[in-house]
Amino acid sequence: MSAVGTVAVLAQIVVVVAGAPLLTGLMRQVRARMEGRAGAGVGQPWRDLRKLLRKQPITPVGTGPAFRLAPLLLVATTLVVAALVPLASTATPVRDSADLLVVVTLLALGTVILALAGLDTGTAFGGMGASREMTVVALVEPTILLSVVALSIPAGSTNLPTIVAHGVHDPARLASPASLLAGVALAVVTLAETGRLPVDNPSTHLELTMIHEAMILEYAGPDLALIELGAQMRLTVLLGLLTSLFVPWGIATGTAAAALPLALALFAGKVALLGAGLAAAEVFWAKMRLFKVPELLTGSFLLALLAVGASFFLPGN
Amino acid sequence: MRPDPTSRPGSGPDRPRTGHSGHTSCDGHTTRTMIDTGIAELPRRVREMLADGHRLALAAAHHDGADAPGGPAIRVVYLFVKGPPDSRVELHVRLDPDTPALPSLAHLSFPAGRFEREMRDLHGIVPLNHPLPRRLVRHPHWPRGWYPMRPDAGPPPPFAEPEGPFPFLTVEGDGVYEIPVGPVHAGLIEPGHFRFSVVGETILKLKARLWFVHKGIEKLFERRDVARGLPLAERISGDTAVGHALAYCLAVEEATATAVPEPARRARALLLELERLHNHVADLGALCNDVGHGILNAQAQRVREQLLRLNQEVTGHRLLRGGVVPGGAAVRALPDPARMRAIGDDIRDIVALALGHSTVRDRFAGAARLDGRAARDLGCLGYVARASGVRVDARQAHPFLDYGDALTVPVHTSGDVLARFLIRAEEIDVSLALVETLAAGLTSGVTRAELAPGPASRSAHGLGPGPASAPGPASGAGRDDLPGRPGPLLKPGSDADPGSGLGPTGRLPGPGAGVGPGGPDVGPGVGAGSGTGIASGVGIVEGWRGTITTRVELAPDRTLARVKVVDPSFFNWPALPIALADTIVPDFPLTNKSFNLSYAGNDL
Repeated sequence: MSAVGTVAVLAQIVVVVAGAPLLTGLMRQVRARMEGRAGAGVGQPWRDLRKLLRKQPITPVGTGPAFRLAPLLLVATTLVVAALVPLASTATPVRDSADLLVVVTLLALGTVILALAGLDTGTAFGGMGASREMTVVALVEPTILLSVVALSIPAGSTNLPTIVAHGVHDPARLASPASLLAGVALAVVTLAETGRLPVDNPSTHLELTMIHEAMILEYAGPDLALIELGAQMRLTVLLGLLTSLFVPWGIATGTAAAALPLALALFAGKVALLGAGLAAAEVFWAKMRLFKVPELLTGSFLLALLAVGASFFLPGN
Repeated sequence: MRPDPTSRPGSGPDRPRTGHSGHTSCDGHTTRTMIDTGIAELPRRVREMLADGHRLALAAAHHDGADAPGGPAIRVVYLFVKGPPDSRVELHVRLDPDTPALPSLAHLSFPAGRFEREMRDLHGIVPLNHPLPRRLVRHPHWPRGWYPMRPDAGPPPPFAEPEGPFPFLTVEGDGVYEIPVGPVHAGLIEPGHFRFSVVGETILKLKARLWFVHKGIEKLFERRDVARGLPLAERISGDTAVGHALAYCLAVEEATATAVPEPARRARALLLELERLHNHVADLGALCNDVGHGILNAQAQRVREQLLRLNQEVTGHRLLRGGVVPGGAAVRALPDPARMRAIGDDIRDIVALALGHSTVRDRFAGAARLDGRAARDLGCLGYVARASGVRVDARQAHPFLDYGDALTVPVHTSGDVLARFLIRAEEIDVSLALVETLAAGLTSGVTRAELAPGPASRSAHGLGPGPASAPGPASGAGRDDLPGRPGPLLKPGSDADPGSGLGPTGRLPGPGAGVGPGGPDVGPGVGAGSGTGIASGVGIVEGWRGTITTRVELAPDRTLARVKVVDPSFFNWPALPIALADTIVPDFPLTNKSFNLSYAGNDL
C-alpha cells in the first residue's frame, strides 16, 4: 500500500496544482462560448500566472506579516487538503489524518488568513471584503459541519476515506435522502466558499461589489499569482470533494497500481464536467443582493439540518 | 431690440426685449426674450420666473471689454426656459468688472447655486451669501486668485500647493467608516472621486468630487470660427457627439439667423435618435452586467455593434460625428427599415429576458429610489427625471422639428433602477419608430444652408457709437441689414432661402448698435446680448442623457466670443447621492450605471 499510496498522494497534488488553472480556464471558456464570445482559451489562467510570477514583488507600505504570509499559507493549507482528501485513492498513507473536520478547518484557515491579510492592508476595501467574507463564512461553516455529520452517520466515522469507500461499496447510500440533502447543502456552500455566482461575481471589476476580490486588491506580482493559484486550487479541491462524496465511482480503493491512472483520469474528467456544468449554470444566474445572501445560506443550512435528521430516521435501504 | 436704456447696470426699469431668433423651431422661429436687470432686482425676477414654471437652463458669465457698448463689465446671463409652448427668457445682469459680486440665488434654485460656484471658480464672481461657498470646479492645487475664464488669465500657471485636503463632510458615530473610491477606477470609465460614509453596508452619505477632466473646453471655443467649433462640440462628451454638435449648431444658426431646410432638420432628428439608440442599448446591457448577468450584456453589446456599424454607414463615423453641420446635416445613407426592425426585435428580447429573470428584477426593483420631489428640486433632466415622474423632454418643450404623433415620452414614477431601465427600454421603442418615420421622407446627401453672413459681418464695426443699424456696415454683406432698424422683430427667417443666407433677422447686430448712447432706436438688436454688440443664440436639444443647452455669442468678426455648454449631467450629478442615501454599498455601481452621467460633459 505504501508505494502506490504515496504515488497516489503525490499524483493528487500534481493534478490539482496543474489542473486548477486549467479548470478555471475551462469554466471561463464555457461561459464565454455560451454568451457568444470567443473567450481567451483554456490556458489563459496559466499564462496569467506565468506573467504575474515574473513581476517584481511589491508590498504596500504599512503592511505586516499577515499580508506577506497569507499567500504562502493559503497555498500551503490548500496543498495539505489536496493531499488529504481522497480524490484519486482512498488508500493512502495519510488516510488516518484525513478527517472531514480537519479538511473543513484547513479550508476555513485559508479563508481567515486571507481576511486577516485584507485587514492588514488598512484600506477600506480590504476591511470591507474581510467583513463580508466573515459574514459569509459564519453562515457557511455551520452548514459544512452539519452536512459532514449527516454523511458520517451512515459510515460511522468522520474519516473521509472511510466515508468515500463506504459510498463506493454501498452505492444505494448515495441516493438516500440524507445524502441528497447534504449534497445540495454542500454544493450551495461550495459556491459561497469559492466566491461564485450568485454569492460573488468572480469576473467583476466593480470593487464595491466584491467579496473575495476586495480582500486581495492590494496584491500584485508573485504574491497575487499565489493567491490566484490558491483560490483556483480550493475550487478544484472542493469540486473534487463533492465528486468523491457523491459520485465516487472509479476512485482507487485498494493498492492495485493499475487503478491509479484510471482513477486520476476519472477524477479530472468528473471535476471538469462538474466545473463546466457550474459555469454553464452561472450563465443563467445573476448576483444576488448582498443582503439576500444570508437567506440563501440559511436555506442551505436548513437542508443540512434536514440531512442530519434524515440520516437518523430515513437511513435508506 | 427695443431701445434699451437698461443695459447699464442697475439702470432704470427693466424692459423686455424680444429677440427673434433663428429658425430652429418646428414652426420656423423661436422667440427669446431678453431682460436687462439690475443686481437688486435679480432675486425678485428669478423668483417670478421660477414661479411661472420656468427652469434655469443655463447661467454664464461674459467679460465685456472696454469697447463693448456698455463699457467694460462682467455680464451674467441667466437663461430660463419652459415648454411647451417653447419659452425662453434671459436675464442679463451687468457687474463691476473689478469687484464682481452677485446675490446668491441658491435659496431659490439649487442649480443656480451650482452655476454660481462654477462662475466663482472660473470667472471670480463672488456669490454673496451663498450657503455652500466651496470650490466646485477648481481643485485645491489650482492657485487661488487665478480665474481661467477671464480674458487676461493667460496660460495656466503651475500647480500650487494644495490648500489642505478637500473638505468632505465627516460623518461621525459608532461604526461609521469612510470608503474612498477613485478617481482612477477599475473599469474603463471616466475619473471621479467618491467618498462614502458607511455604517455596516449602508451608505449614510456620499460625496462626489468631479472636475478631474476639466479641459477648459469653453475657453478653447473662444476665438475659433464657427466651422472649427464644431469638432470641439462633437468631442465634449464622446458618446453625445450628435447632441452637443446639434445644440451648438442650433445656437450658431440662431445667432446668425440662418434658416435650416426642413429635410436637414429631419436628418438631424434622425441622427439624434440613432445616438439615443446605441447609448441606451449599451446601458441596458451594462445594467445587466452589473448584477452579474453577463450574457445579456454580451448580447446587448452585439446589438450595439450593429448600430455602430450602421452609424458608420450613415455618417462615416461610428459615433455619428460629422452628421450634423452648421446650417444642415450630412447623411451618407439611410437606415434600412427591415434592419432596424430586426434590431428592435433583438432589443425587446433582451429586455424581456432581463425583466423575466427574478434575481435581475429583484436587484433593479426598489434600488436607489430618487423621488419626484427631489428630482424636481434638483432640476434633473433626461431619463433620470422621467424615471422619477418628471416629464421633461426638449423634443416636446423646445422642438426644432414637428414630430407630430410619432413622439411619445415615457414616464415612470418609481424612481428606482428598474424605472430607469424601463425608461430606456421604452425610449428605444420610440426611437426606433421615429427613425423609421424620419428616414421615410429623407434622401441621403448633404442638405445645408450657408450660414447667413449678415449679422456677424455687420457687427464688425459694431462698436462704433453710431447706430448699428445703419445699413451697409463696413464689412459689407449689406443684406443682413434687411430688417433694418425699425423692425424690432424680424420675421423669422424661415423664408430665407438657405442658399442666400440672408439673415433676415437682424438680430445680432444690435449690439454694436446697442452701444450705450444709442439706446433706443438702435438696431433691431434682437439677438444681441445686452448691448454688447454681439450676436447670441441658444440651442436646446434632447440628447440621449437629457436636455443639452448651449449658448453662443459671436464676435463681430464671426468668431466665437463665448460658448457656454450645459450637459444634463451637470444637473443630474447631485441627484446621485440623494438616490443613494440608505442604499447599500454593493448597489452603488448598479445605481451609478443606471444614472450613467457624463464626467467629460460635466467637467468640460
